[in-house]
Amino acid sequence: MTDQRIRVFLVDDHRLFLSGVRSELGARFELVGEAGSVSDAIAGIVASNPDVVLLDVHMPDGGGAAVIGAVAKNRPDVRFLALSVSDAAEDVIAVIRAGARGYVTKSISPDDLANAIVRVHGGDAVFSPRLAGFVLDAFSGEIEPAPDPELDQLTPREAEVLRYIARGYAYKQVARQLNISNKTVETHVSSVLRKLQLSSRHELTRWAADRRLI
Amino acid sequence: MAGVAGGIAERLGIDPIVIRLAFIVLAFAGGLGVVAYLVGWLIGSEPAEDEPRVPSTSLRQIVAVALVVSGLLLLLRSAGVWFGDAVVWSVGLAAFGSTVIWTRTGVGRTQFARLTSRLQRTPADIVSGRSKGRFIAGTLLVVAGMAILLGAHTSFKTIGNVGFAVLVTAVGVGLALGPWIYELVRQLGDERRERIRSEERAEVAAHLHDSVLQTLAMIQRAPSTEEMTTLARAQERELRSWLYGRAPAGDADFRESLDAMAARIEQGHRVAIETVIVGDAPVDERARALIDAAGEAATNAAKHSGVRTISIYAEVARDAIDVYVRDEGKGFDVGDQAPDRRGISESIVGRMVRNGGSATISSTPQEGTEVHLILPRRPL
Repeated sequence: MTDQRIRVFLVDDHRLFLSGVRSELGARFELVGEAGSVSDAIAGIVASNPDVVLLDVHMPDGGGAAVIGAVAKNRPDVRFLALSVSDAAEDVIAVIRAGARGYVTKSISPDDLANAIVRVHGGDAVFSPRLAGFVLDAFSGEIEPAPDPELDQLTPREAEVLRYIARGYAYKQVARQLNISNKTVETHVSSVLRKLQLSSRHELTRWAADRRLI
Repeated sequence: MAGVAGGIAERLGIDPIVIRLAFIVLAFAGGLGVVAYLVGWLIGSEPAEDEPRVPSTSLRQIVAVALVVSGLLLLLRSAGVWFGDAVVWSVGLAAFGSTVIWTRTGVGRTQFARLTSRLQRTPADIVSGRSKGRFIAGTLLVVAGMAILLGAHTSFKTIGNVGFAVLVTAVGVGLALGPWIYELVRQLGDERRERIRSEERAEVAAHLHDSVLQTLAMIQRAPSTEEMTTLARAQERELRSWLYGRAPAGDADFRESLDAMAARIEQGHRVAIETVIVGDAPVDERARALIDAAGEAATNAAKHSGVRTISIYAEVARDAIDVYVRDEGKGFDVGDQAPDRRGISESIVGRMVRNGGSATISSTPQEGTEVHLILPRRPL
């Protein structure tokens, strides 16, 4: 799976964490660069054009969302995976709405992190249990009338998939529980990600507005 | 008002109060002050913002400005643009008095700042020591100015306009105390902000000391990596809830209580518990029972599953609270439980049923166990 040598760029303002990730991932991926600040990250990513950027949510000068905002215009093919110790819902939702394809916490095991990078590179969305919880929280409760039911509500199946993820099931296990294929699980999750990025739901916009993204 | 006086003061290195009072005097003496102010405002450009210097005004400078103003007054008087001797003299004297009181020397300024930190202080306290003489002299000048004004206007006196006397007194008091009150309010604001900042700093420092530093010390002494991990996990959880904690709504809420339960088990059994909670509710007796049942399920998983990671997912919906406790450990055959295993039958299933809920336990050997607890919420 990792034979294709995905080109990865690391962005984190904690050197210790950076060196830890480097030693964990160095054997499986081609690490094309790293940066410790928003401006270095933007310059480095544009210069090295990596496949996947592992992006810290919390950094001075705007954090991960600022990096995505600046890079996405020039390098639309670069995929971002957000990584953070933060549990604050507004931070996570903000960086997803800026364009990250997934969110994992820093306590993730090296194997899971590697899998997440591969999955993001493949175009899939990566939902950790915590992110699934945030999304269920954000989309809970009815809104009447829904301005855009297509975007502002989860289908029952999507909510079901997210609930399994929040309960700690891996995608494979979710597929087995629901008697659907892995690919279908991926489709549901990607659709939820799209809603998360495009929905104008009050809770989502409020969270994003807290981080001055809108 | 438009910063003209301040600008001139900046240029000359004189306290702006002096310049402002000079303008006021000139305004009373036939309106020249108003004209001069407008001209200054029109031609004046924004002064370059260099480092703010503390205006330190000597008596010599005050006298100089007073002399310039006096000269202008004489000029105006001979030119015939004049409201009358009494008005000009009284206002002039009062303004000069006010200036003497309120212009600040280097020493006076620091004294002032220190003393205004105490709200109950009176002007007399502030103008202590060396500047006491100035305060008395200034006050006398203000009073004299007012007296001349009242005495000269016999017409007002014959009318017996008490209101006018009150007004004049008020203006006199305003001249004597106005700048002080203004300064006091401003500096009190500054000081309050500073105090809040330093209190916050102290609180953060105290918290970090009690929690993070203590844990770091313990981690350095921890005999095994497993213990280190547990300590780090517990500290991470604690710090996170401190940093991102929601203010508890009412008394204890469900979210917080469930998290606290998970933290206790993490610490007691050296496992990592990933809690994901959607929604929130106040904790009543039945919700308490639900949390206890979930705690029992998590404790069982910690003891018997053989894995170090447990997931708890809770969802508070409008009509029910669902809690899932899951591990990917060795599992067991649910039908094969010895009846004396009171843990499951009493603490989990029994407790849920007694509170109107239910518990479902599914387990597959070698794959893991999941306990699903449902507690219907009473209709409101």
